Parts: sequence; structure tokens; C-alpha cells
Amino acid sequence: MFKGNFIDNLPKIYGTYTGGFIVFIILMAIAEQAGMTAKTIGILFVAFTVCIYALIGYLSRTVQVDAYYVAGRQVPTVFNGMATAADWMSGASFVAMAGGIYFGGYTYMAFLVGWTGGYVLVSSLLAPYLRKFGCYTVPDFIGTRYGGNFARFCAVVVLTLASFTYVTAQINATGTIASRALSIPFELGVWVGLVSILLCSMLGGMRAVTWTQVAQYIVLIIAYLIPVFWISNKSGFGFFPHFMLGEEVARLGELESQFGLVKNAAADVKAAGVPGGLKSIAVSHAGVPEGGMAAWKFISLALCMMVGTASLPHILMRYFTTPSVKAARKSVAWSLFFIALLYTSAPMLATLSKISLIDPNLPTGIIGKPIAEIMQIEWVNAWINVKQAFIADFNGDGILQLNEWFMRGDVVVLATPEVAGLPYVISGLVAAGGMAAAMSTADGLILAIANALSHDIYYKIIDPKADVRKRLLVARALLIVIGAAGAYIASMRITSILGAVAWAFDFAMSGLFFPLILGVWWKRATRQGAIAGMIAGLASGTAYLIYVYPKFMGNAPWLGIDHLRFGIIGASVCLVVMVVVSLMTEEPDKATQQMVDEVRVPSGKTILGKQH
Amino acid sequence: MSNKEKHWEKTKGLMIITLIIWFVFGYLIFMFGSDLNTSSFMGYPLAYYMCAQGSIIAFVVLIFWFANRQEKIDEEFGFTEKEDD
Repeated sequence: MFKGNFIDNLPKIYGTYTGGFIVFIILMAIAEQAGMTAKTIGILFVAFTVCIYALIGYLSRTVQVDAYYVAGRQVPTVFNGMATAADWMSGASFVAMAGGIYFGGYTYMAFLVGWTGGYVLVSSLLAPYLRKFGCYTVPDFIGTRYGGNFARFCAVVVLTLASFTYVTAQINATGTIASRALSIPFELGVWVGLVSILLCSMLGGMRAVTWTQVAQYIVLIIAYLIPVFWISNKSGFGFFPHFMLGEEVARLGELESQFGLVKNAAADVKAAGVPGGLKSIAVSHAGVPEGGMAAWKFISLALCMMVGTASLPHILMRYFTTPSVKAARKSVAWSLFFIALLYTSAPMLATLSKISLIDPNLPTGIIGKPIAEIMQIEWVNAWINVKQAFIADFNGDGILQLNEWFMRGDVVVLATPEVAGLPYVISGLVAAGGMAAAMSTADGLILAIANALSHDIYYKIIDPKADVRKRLLVARALLIVIGAAGAYIASMRITSILGAVAWAFDFAMSGLFFPLILGVWWKRATRQGAIAGMIAGLASGTAYLIYVYPKFMGNAPWLGIDHLRFGIIGASVCLVVMVVVSLMTEEPDKATQQMVDEVRVPSGKTILGKQH
Repeated sequence: MSNKEKHWEKTKGLMIITLIIWFVFGYLIFMFGSDLNTSSFMGYPLAYYMCAQGSIIAFVVLIFWFANRQEKIDEEFGFTEKEDD
């Protein structure tokens, strides 16, 4: 069926795969009509997709160093874009983003701008140059550009801290989805999730992760877009929701002023017994908060997420896998295109979900109706029973007000298909999509950490004479150790005190952003400067986080820079220290300057050899 | 100035233009969010539209444009990669 080599056949292979997945969805829909239970459908969806990923992981096994670390540098532009999009969009993007917009409105949407704008920095400042360099890992670049094992070591420390903060949240998400879909306890679900993740990456490293991520992107984007379009059409909001929800957004504004946006007092919420993590709508959907401070908070959050994006090693290393520098640049553009398909749909899903629930004129609306009546609705009951939704009749009038309906953010993605009366097969599809999103990100992160430890610490620092077999053995062993550590922490359910996903961005930008870009854009940057910058940036950022985070010291944020934005402090300190120390020390030698000149032109050989 | 230096000058110029456009869509317009929201686009309040779709689309277009421009610059100075590099 497929003649010729694998790369030339990629469009056919993934075309067939997509067709197969759609056939599977249709079969499940038929099975549902024939009376298959919702539970079985959920299990089949998750099990079927995970088995496919494991199969791809097995078929991509390799014993070559450059295939293991950079997928042999032959991933075509568009496919690398899809893989990066899956790598990028985490379980949180998939499950929680629409919920974030549902509750946070315009203010929350700073994340959307931040998580997309960073790619402009990646393409114009970093990706093409790192590709020309020919490194296997991000610390590989720092170690070679600045020279010396200590600079390399510092970069590994920043990378590990940032990526590990992120990976526990991802394993946590796979555990949650696996436990819900397979009806097993959460602690077991975490380990099932981990085994699935390792199956995709262990045998083939970057090569296996690349080809599974492409497959996971296809599943997650189908799983996200079908419900959005279906709900919009079924409920009569418009054929193409992205262009047609203007009226609904305006209507939400009217309803907000009709019902009133009431922020419940914490004491009332506690007294009513609302389960933790559940919220009611208290912020305007599209309204912009007045004042300079609000604008600054929006912009500063977007800034941290953008600069963080350009410093996160699991994203940067995806651009090491393209065949050329030119392809690396184009590939960034395709990545953002594939990400935008989901990110521009999230606000639409949030709008659809909100209008369905709060417009009393719609059959699905629940706000403004008698509570006794609402309690009869099947989905309301189901979600209240699992403590994902809650009704608290504060004013005792028996009518559900806007501030009396509580739910968890995840419910927006997970329950909206049900609310709109879509068949259960869609909920199964959404579970498979969430699993794909969380797995693909976890794979990228675990691989980034394990590769840095095996290549930069073990091979470059501890045992430079190790042969290929031994290097890959160490790389795989580290993959298991890091995955297990992440799963262990996730299973202890302490992720809430480990803080937000945003921290990973702040850690990365504090320690890595300026050493990376100045390494390319400023020849005068020296080893001492880079080392001092990384240490001072990470230390000051972390110190500020401890100073300001409510669960640690809890001091008042300075200029509105709270724990989500501590990277601003870290990166500023890093820049100043790096420039000052670089200027105080002797300028880099001729060889280093020449190397930087070489990095700046696309043609010619990479700085580091094909296998190193 | 050598060929390499001229190439780098142009590359830097393109980088600066790219980052200016990035700054406009990522930050500048959101400094005036409440003023923006008084006008509308396709029925959406403008500030809401820009963070839901507008800026994101602008970034995608910007990166494609940047990649094409940079390829032209590389071509102009003869630094285009050979296929077997």
C-alpha cells in the first residue's frame, strides 16, 4: 500500500489514520444507538487511542543517537507543526481553558494572547539559530556557545525545574481522565497514564514522540472542534461559530446586567458547603475592567507567558528536528496555525456554554428558573453527585440566581455536549482528546528532562567516552525514573501546592531567556555573564515567588507582580547581571565569535556534528 | 562591510520590524482595551475580539510573513541552504 520511504508517505499514512479514527467514531455512534453503555464507550475511546499511540511508539524504535535525540532531523515542516501543537497544548489547555474564559472572561484571555504571541519570539529570535547550531538539547547550546561544564550544568538545572513543575500537572491530568474514563481510582489512573506516556517515548525517543504527537494532535483537534460546531448548529447559534457569535456575546452582556454580577463573600460560600474548586460567574464575559492597573495586569501576564514560551526547552527542541534552518522557521508558523485552531475555538465554546446555561429563554437555560425544577435535570444531578457542580440558594427564594450556581471550570468542556443534548459518543471523544493533549505534553516534557540529564550531564560531563548503546540505555532509564517521580508526586495529590502551570513559564524565562537570545544576538556575551545571569535570574525569581505567594510568605505584590508573574523579576535581574558581568569580563575568544557568525547564516554545516 | 555583515544588518532590521508588529498586537492595543471595546467587529466588542481571535490570527500571519522575508534576505546574499546540508 505504501511504496517508497516513510517520510514521503506521511500524508498518506496520517490521512488513513484520520479516516480510521473517524470510522471508529461512527462505529461508536452506531454502537450507542444499539444500546452500548456510556461507560463502555468511554473505555473503548481511551483504550483504542492509547493502543494506537503505543503501536506508533513501538514502530518508531531506534538504536541511533540522532534519531533518538532529534528524530534524525527529517521531520517535514507541517508535521513538525502538528507535533509542536500537541506538545504545546496540555491537558490544561484542552480541559481547563474554556472554563477559565467562562469564569474569567476578558481578563483570563490574556493567557490566549500570551500562549500564542510567544511563537513570534521563537521564530524571529531563536528557532532558526538553534537549528543551525545543531544541538541535541537546549543546554547543549548554552554549553557550547559559552563553553565549560558549569554553564551547561546551570542550564540543566533551570530546564529541570521549569519542566518538572509542568510535568506533574500533566501526569495529574492523564490520571484524572484515565480514572474517569476507565472507572478506576485516581492513584491507579496516574500510573496507567504514566505507562501510556512511556510506551510512546521509551523505545524511540524523539522520533517516537514526534510521530505519536502528530497522531495525538489529530485526535485532540477533532475532539475539540466537533462539539463546538455541533453545539452551535444544533442550538441554532450559527453555522460557523467563530464568525457568528457576536449577538450571543452581546446577549451575555445584557443577561449579566439583568442578573447582576455578584461576588459571593467567602464566608457565605463556606457556610453553604460549596465543594472546593467550584466557582460562580462574577466577572463580565467581554467587558474590559477599567483603569491602568487592570491593563497592566493583562499585559504583564501576556508578557510572562510569551517570554516563557520562548524559553521552554520542550518547545525549542521540537525545532531541532527539521531538515533545515528554513524549515525550522516555517515550522514555527505552522505550529502556531495548528495551535490557533484550538485557541480561537476555546472562547467560542465558553460563550456557547455560558449562553446555553444562563439564558432563561433557551430550553437549556437554568438560571432564573425554580431550583426544584432544575434538580430534576439529569446532567445537573450527575455533576452535583460527583461534586463538580453545586447549588446554594443564598436568598432563599427557590429561584436559581447567577451567583447561586457553582461549578468547576473543567465542566465547561466535559459537560457542554451533554447540556446541549449531544449523544454520549461525543463525551467519549472529548475524553480521548483530553487524554491525547495531556499525554503529548507529558511526553515532550519528560523527554526534555531525560535528554538533558543523559546527554548533558551523563555523556558530556560524567562519561564522555560512553558508547552509543550505553548512552541510549541511560537515556531510557532516566525517562522511567523521571516519569515515575512525576507520577509519584501526582499520586500524592499535592499538585495544588506545587502551584500553577504558569510557574513553569516564569522559571524558564527567569533563567534561560536572556542567556539563549544573547548567545545568538550579542557576541560580547561571556561565559561568566551567562552563568551569573542564570544563577541570579533563577534565584531572584524564586525568592520573589516565595515572598509573594499566599501559601508561602504571602506579602503584598509589588506593582501587581504576583506569583503568576514572578518571571518579570527573574528575567530583569538576569538581563542586568548578565550584561554587567559580561562587560566586566574579557570578551569571548576569536573561535567563539566566529562560531556566532556561523550561526547567523543558514547555509553551511551545523556547528555541532550530525552525531555528537 | 562584508557580505555576512550586510546579511546580518538586514536580518536585524527584519527582526526589529517583526517585534514592533508583535508589540502592537500583543500589548499596545490592550493598553486601550476599554476604549477599543466601544467599537465592534463582526458583532463582537473589539477588545474581546482581538484577544479571542484577532491578535492570534495576526501572529500566525506575522510569522509566515517573517519566514518568507527572511528567506528572501538569505537568497539575496547567497546564504540559502543546499538541499543536502
